[in-house]
Amino acid sequence: MYKYDTYDQAIVDARVAEFRDQVARRLAGEITEDQFKPLRLMNGLYLQLHAYMLRVAIPYGTLDSRQMRMLAHIARKYDRDYGHFTTRQNIQYNWIKLEDAPDILADLATVEMHAIQTSGNCIRNISSDQYAGAAADEIVDPRPWAELLRQWSTFHPEFSYLPRKFKIAVIAADEDRAAMRLHDIGIQLVERDGKLGAAFYVGGGMGRTPMIAPLIRDYVPIEDFLSYSEACLRVYNRYGRRDNIYKARIKILVHEIGAEEYARQVEEEFAHVKTLGIDPPAAELERIAAFFAPPPFENFDVVPAQAGTVGGSAPTPAAPAFAGATSDPDFAVWLDQNVKPHKQPGYAIVNISLKPIGGIPGDASSAQIDVMADLAERYSFDELRVTHAQNIVLPHVAKRDLYAVWQALNAAELANANLDLISDIIACPGLDYCSLANARSIPIAQKIATRFADPARQRDLGELKLKISGCINACGHHHAGHIGILGVDRKGVENYQLTLGGSGAEDVSIGKITGPGFDEDGIVDAVERATDKYLTLREPGERFVDTYRRVGMEPFREAIYG
Amino acid sequence: MVEHFPTEGEEPAVTLDAFLDQSNATAVRLEPDDDARALIPHLDRLALIEIAFPKYRDGRGYSSARILREAGYTGELRAQGDVLVDQIAFMKRCGFDSFAPEGSLNPEAVERALSTYDQYYQKAADAAVPVWKLRHG
Repeated sequence: MYKYDTYDQAIVDARVAEFRDQVARRLAGEITEDQFKPLRLMNGLYLQLHAYMLRVAIPYGTLDSRQMRMLAHIARKYDRDYGHFTTRQNIQYNWIKLEDAPDILADLATVEMHAIQTSGNCIRNISSDQYAGAAADEIVDPRPWAELLRQWSTFHPEFSYLPRKFKIAVIAADEDRAAMRLHDIGIQLVERDGKLGAAFYVGGGMGRTPMIAPLIRDYVPIEDFLSYSEACLRVYNRYGRRDNIYKARIKILVHEIGAEEYARQVEEEFAHVKTLGIDPPAAELERIAAFFAPPPFENFDVVPAQAGTVGGSAPTPAAPAFAGATSDPDFAVWLDQNVKPHKQPGYAIVNISLKPIGGIPGDASSAQIDVMADLAERYSFDELRVTHAQNIVLPHVAKRDLYAVWQALNAAELANANLDLISDIIACPGLDYCSLANARSIPIAQKIATRFADPARQRDLGELKLKISGCINACGHHHAGHIGILGVDRKGVENYQLTLGGSGAEDVSIGKITGPGFDEDGIVDAVERATDKYLTLREPGERFVDTYRRVGMEPFREAIYG
Repeated sequence: MVEHFPTEGEEPAVTLDAFLDQSNATAVRLEPDDDARALIPHLDRLALIEIAFPKYRDGRGYSSARILREAGYTGELRAQGDVLVDQIAFMKRCGFDSFAPEGSLNPEAVERALSTYDQYYQKAADAAVPVWKLRHG
């Protein structure tokens, strides 16, 4: 976990003082809402349908128990006792009073947190792999580079009035758990001849024009990491479109001039920028990386038969690590569904699904947030992660503690064993909260989860990523859903379009629309007809999206529209 | 810091096209879509470069300013137009040393905006030493 030094703390404290002054001037009527708007947006404060919404940054989705408890405290003291974890690995509070906002930022600053650049046309919170530091397939922990980007992008004087918002993800494994190529810049750390470098993918994104980021450069030497990033941003800041808000993202620039021409311009700029000395010395990266050193894992003598059971087949009954499993079938199911292999023998990665059947995807109560903080402190070396799928991860849990963790989660109604299943739905806040939305998302998520509530049925359907957006801005990532749902307004009535075949993983793809849209109940039926069809078509080992890719849209379209 | 507002009677800034045609001007005005690099061969005879901000949201001028300072321009670099108090600190870091806002700026607010932060994470076109350099000397 990164820890602030006096410099980091001074910058965040200055921000709190500045915003306190701005809010005071607004409340005193010295500045108009029009003048205040850009100031509050730079602090993550949006005006929604019913109240202010505050979006708090969780850099690369990593936090400790002290920070997690502060999130619970804020929900309890300033909001309605719950918070909403987002697809940017952040948390949002939906019922904030303007006059409380400076106090909230001050509270956050006491635990090294802030809301800087969680909105506005600037570089947003850097996202990363939620299994960073725990996944066996990573070549290095990507978070030190994400932290380097966080610092470089914070109050960047040249890139605070970009044509549009700008999102960067950093990963270091071939399995993409961060939807890397659906970002404005997706960075994959790679090795070449034993030396670390970075592959840059630029110009991905969702919204009304979804694009998969093309590879711009397959290997940037790691010492040029920031200067190459700066060159990418400068070309965008100078030449990104500003005539039309819907064409202002970097994906449109890259698409219009072509990836090759964009890459050429970046190279030209980079040749100049790298002479400016903006890259910190290796010692700075080492300083940051030291905070992300592996925690003091115990050395377990792992019986070979026991290794690899987690997340795979049923646990070995004889294994003491899974005491309780045999007598508790719910635990066994959760173990199989939500627990993933860890790179350290004897440890596992625990996914806490915030998707109870009939609940609001990504919401957690203050009490639940506290429970997760306690578990992290006791069982996961004080670390938690927020995932872009709106779930929480305990990254480093000893296998012998899994049953105790599950029992505590179960008591807090947090043991939903549905990771990556059809009820593990990503949904934006939609028309229940958001002033941009055309349709509600949450009730659709609730109805679909309820329709597929039977755990055996969900598990039979297997991995099925369903994502719902309440408007074309695609905050619910519907383009990347194996099944995607887009809410639109059709002559004043909510209407839902269905897409199939998207993916935000390493098999990244954009979903295709099935045909005419549906009403609220109709969309639930349509999803069920699609999944029923899949069951009749699938070949052994095929996920829903695999079958779709093999057979194409037509069989599904026939099933859906009859 | 050096920060001043335009004085009466100075030579009017000409457009980039006019400047490139006419060799004796010493003041030029860049619109957001002008390429600042076109001025690089002529920097030594320029006393004033004015960069237009028709809308505060249009941030192209920040890049133009840095490009000019990175190329060694030492004359006056002025931000003109929709220049708000909240932009001035960023503008200063990008190399602007003069401001000609369309609206009026409260000098107290400008002072406050410029003194809020004294640590910066990144190297830019001003003299500020980035935090990483302070950390490692």
